[in-house]
Amino acid sequence: MKLVVCHVTLLDGTDFTCEVEKRAKGQYLFFKVCEHLNLLEKDYFGLTYQDNHDQKCWLDPTKEIKRQIRSNNWQFAFNVKFYPPDPSLLTEDITRYLLCLQLREDVASGRLPCSFVTHALLGSYTLQAEIGDYEPDQPRPLDFISQLTFAPNQNKEMEEKILELYKSHRGMTPAQADTQFLENAKKLSMYGVDLHHAKDSEGVDIMLGVCANGLLVYKDRLRINRFAWPKILKISYKRNNFYIKIRPGETEQFESTVGFKLQNHRAAKRLWKVCVENHSFFRLNAPEPPTKARFLTLGSKFRYSGRTQAQTRMASSLIDRPAPSFERTSSKRTSRSLDGAPMISITEAGRESAENGREPHLELHSDSKVTVVDVSPGDAEAMLSQHSPGSSELGPPQVSVPQTEAATADNTTSDTKEPAKTTEVEIEETVVVQEISRAPKPGLVTVAASPPAAPSAEQEMREQEVKVQEEAVVVEEAKPRKEESISSESESEEEAEYHPYLPVSISHTQIPEEKEEEEEQEKQEEDKTAELQVLASDASSLPAEVIQPAEETSREEEESRKEDDTETEETEKTTNAEEEKEVERETEESTDDPMVTPDEAPNGLTLPEEGVTVIDAHAEEEEEPKMNGEPSLIEAEPLPQVICCSEPPVVKTEMVTISDTFAAQKTEIATKEVPIVHTETKTITYEAAQLDGNGDGEPGVLMTAQTITSESLCTTTTTHITKTLKGGLSETRIEKRIVITGDCDIDHDQALAQAIKEAKEQHPDMSVTRVVVHKETELAEED
Amino acid sequence: MAGLMAGYGHYTHAVVRGIPASLAKEALRSSQTEVDLAKAVKEHEAYVEVLRTRLGLEVVELPADESLPDCVFVEDAAVVCGDTALITRPGAESRRGETEAMKGALKDLNLNIVEMTDENATLDGGDVLFTGREFFVGLSKRTNQRGAEILADAFKDYAVSTVPVLDGLHLKSFCSMGGPGLIVIGSSEPAQKALKIMQQMSDHRYDKLTVPDDLAANCIYMNLPSKGHVLLHCTAEEFPESAKVFEKLKDHMLIPVSNLEKVKVDGALTCCSVLINKKANI
Repeated sequence: MKLVVCHVTLLDGTDFTCEVEKRAKGQYLFFKVCEHLNLLEKDYFGLTYQDNHDQKCWLDPTKEIKRQIRSNNWQFAFNVKFYPPDPSLLTEDITRYLLCLQLREDVASGRLPCSFVTHALLGSYTLQAEIGDYEPDQPRPLDFISQLTFAPNQNKEMEEKILELYKSHRGMTPAQADTQFLENAKKLSMYGVDLHHAKDSEGVDIMLGVCANGLLVYKDRLRINRFAWPKILKISYKRNNFYIKIRPGETEQFESTVGFKLQNHRAAKRLWKVCVENHSFFRLNAPEPPTKARFLTLGSKFRYSGRTQAQTRMASSLIDRPAPSFERTSSKRTSRSLDGAPMISITEAGRESAENGREPHLELHSDSKVTVVDVSPGDAEAMLSQHSPGSSELGPPQVSVPQTEAATADNTTSDTKEPAKTTEVEIEETVVVQEISRAPKPGLVTVAASPPAAPSAEQEMREQEVKVQEEAVVVEEAKPRKEESISSESESEEEAEYHPYLPVSISHTQIPEEKEEEEEQEKQEEDKTAELQVLASDASSLPAEVIQPAEETSREEEESRKEDDTETEETEKTTNAEEEKEVERETEESTDDPMVTPDEAPNGLTLPEEGVTVIDAHAEEEEEPKMNGEPSLIEAEPLPQVICCSEPPVVKTEMVTISDTFAAQKTEIATKEVPIVHTETKTITYEAAQLDGNGDGEPGVLMTAQTITSESLCTTTTTHITKTLKGGLSETRIEKRIVITGDCDIDHDQALAQAIKEAKEQHPDMSVTRVVVHKETELAEED
Repeated sequence: MAGLMAGYGHYTHAVVRGIPASLAKEALRSSQTEVDLAKAVKEHEAYVEVLRTRLGLEVVELPADESLPDCVFVEDAAVVCGDTALITRPGAESRRGETEAMKGALKDLNLNIVEMTDENATLDGGDVLFTGREFFVGLSKRTNQRGAEILADAFKDYAVSTVPVLDGLHLKSFCSMGGPGLIVIGSSEPAQKALKIMQQMSDHRYDKLTVPDDLAANCIYMNLPSKGHVLLHCTAEEFPESAKVFEKLKDHMLIPVSNLEKVKVDGALTCCSVLINKKANI
């Protein structure tokens, strides 16, 4: 077992060193640190590391440390992650003390701005807590005070004021002084606000602040808008754009989407994650259940995995130990120099804006790649031909350059000529905000796909919805995209939506009223969809028991939309390793378990109305592993086969922005500002020759389908496993969608090669039949 | 020990200024009306008397300046919060001179003076609503974004949100604080819209008291030792319907104050004084 040494800078400035296994998860180290600190109320805290771009990132507790830190720099800092709005509700003094330490640092560095008087007051409580009562006979107290850092622009006058106030605190215990400190600090307007640089739709520098109550928008020091969590329906990001979808107000009829531009995609993703976490922590009773979420969510996989504030309060109310003794120290602020302190303050925005223009990460050309690796035993059917009846509507125009090079499993597609290395990436992540609901019906979840930036009319047509019931029964509707001809970019325009707590129904016809406007259209398209689904299944065996065409369709859609799923990666609690295991398990199931009982099929074929189908969801499947056909693997000898080619489409993306209320009031919604993103999409498909028929012959029957998502540093892998029965053969098809994301520093070829290699290793008895390289380049953006 | 936001409405001092004869003819106004100077002077004297005698505030009375017809409306010249005073840069050029005397008076009261020197900034105190927890700054004909920014910089502890003022002279032409967490608001559409924005922008919850007349929504709240909640509001003579609404406030010591003449030159109750709390602050 390989061990590495981790260095963790604690809040008092001391360094904590410990050894962890090289493959340890973030959680392990975090617990080690908390143990060292004797901290029980740990959920407010987290570990940070500096990424390659010197950005402070939160260490994900559920993931391996090694895969997050990227560099071999095992250096971390222990920090407050969620600032409790009312610190007096914390159970233990030690927790309050640690919060004080963080705030002292925040205040001294200027991250938490405060007035002269407040600086002095906070400083005086700090002295009282750290060194106790003022000693009148202490020589030259001012000299001592001036050695400590209390404020970014500390001066003699302030120090005198601190001393004056400090004298008045005589008799206060350290814990009382901490409490007073927190009572004052918590009222500061920037308390607990995590600031991110951004630009509004007009390219104006703003700051976005994430906090317990929601999202704040600042221009310079001024708050120009605020979106409370309950107002936010959905949070998403795509490339360097960050979007929130706003619940319509009492008088408004439509939801609106507000878009912001971040410096780069990493910044957008970071902001998105912080939003997801803060919302979960402060607004939910419990984190979203991972298993269900996994199934439904074809997209982003990141979710807050820790305890929510409600849970941690509950847990800490049970703390039953004598108050641990600990020593308060002021050593840190004595020695610290503020020069290097990375801080963002709202006033900075303006100044930085000038520099921004020159920074390389504002590169307007971006590029991304989505790779689909098909690992499937035996079947080498062309995906595109599968869709034939509907592909024109379903898929984006996937046309690609004739390619003669083989892309068999061994022939890693790394031969693909990648475009410039200066690539930014196609990323879209979405989370639909789940608000605390008093009603305990956890039912319906809607996953809808549509472009976050698209005007609502288009959106309506494009949405794809998945409704999920408590028992993880899914009604899925997939619809062809209508305006193919207009917007050809397709996949990047999709979005996933997640509406919790709506009532549930199994069959499509029962889907309740409150469905969105799209429903009508969806209904019309239902039939088509069903057809496609049937055709979509592959050649395989055994009489059909279960139809799950919806899922199949969704797979096809994924196929055509690609990023839809992978990039709107929805979260899972499961870690990579676990996911991988699961993939394996699934695979085994399909081959090793020959018992199929038609009656056990969770949702019979026999319900004719259910054209759009009830699907046996993930959870259920795990409990009922019996419905698999005989294992009958057919090895494909994949030969290269050329598919299609396409011209680069151009997409216009619009966004509706109301980033400041003034504008909003003046124009209600400033729909006129239309940033246009020209995007070039190119899809290259490598295909192995087909073994059996064209697959469009007999319709197979889909037995199970499953989507698993996992993520590493620069790749996101969505594994979609489908088992189909056709003519007495069962077939397991595993489709991996790997989104390789990153900037210039990523070697796409290598990442792709690695992905294919991993796929092969994981499923040695399968062969890669198809590799689709999809890359997207943002042509230009003019602000 | 007073920390942040302690004792909203506690005041010890008030700065007021006399009415120059030039007010009758030269003071800025949004509608052409005749001002009866004698009545205006009398009205103002009564106002000052309430502050001094009835409420026991220490009143600093600045002499009127004939060259500054609007100088009685001292509120626009300075924003005081805690022991910091921001000397503004009034939006109307003819009023810029008003800040000089105000600065001197506030300096004498030992307040920390912050001056708005930026020539691109304008701010009238009438556009600044301090709720005890945060500031709302109306962006109006008189106040611009830059002015609001400088205010935010002067009072770093507090959130400063901007509110568009599309109708009326100032933000406080249709609203004011009627108590801690209580916003008095006019019932016109622009007023209600502005309130909505303030509510959206705020992390705090405010109660609202809607009065039929926008101008009547401008009142002065104080929390004084031995007197408790005090509210100076419009008279029944001026706004009968709105006065009825105020009369329903049971916990407040209600003091109707006439403003019939000054309103003709867009002066409201808050306009005529700058309130300061000297003792409670550190």
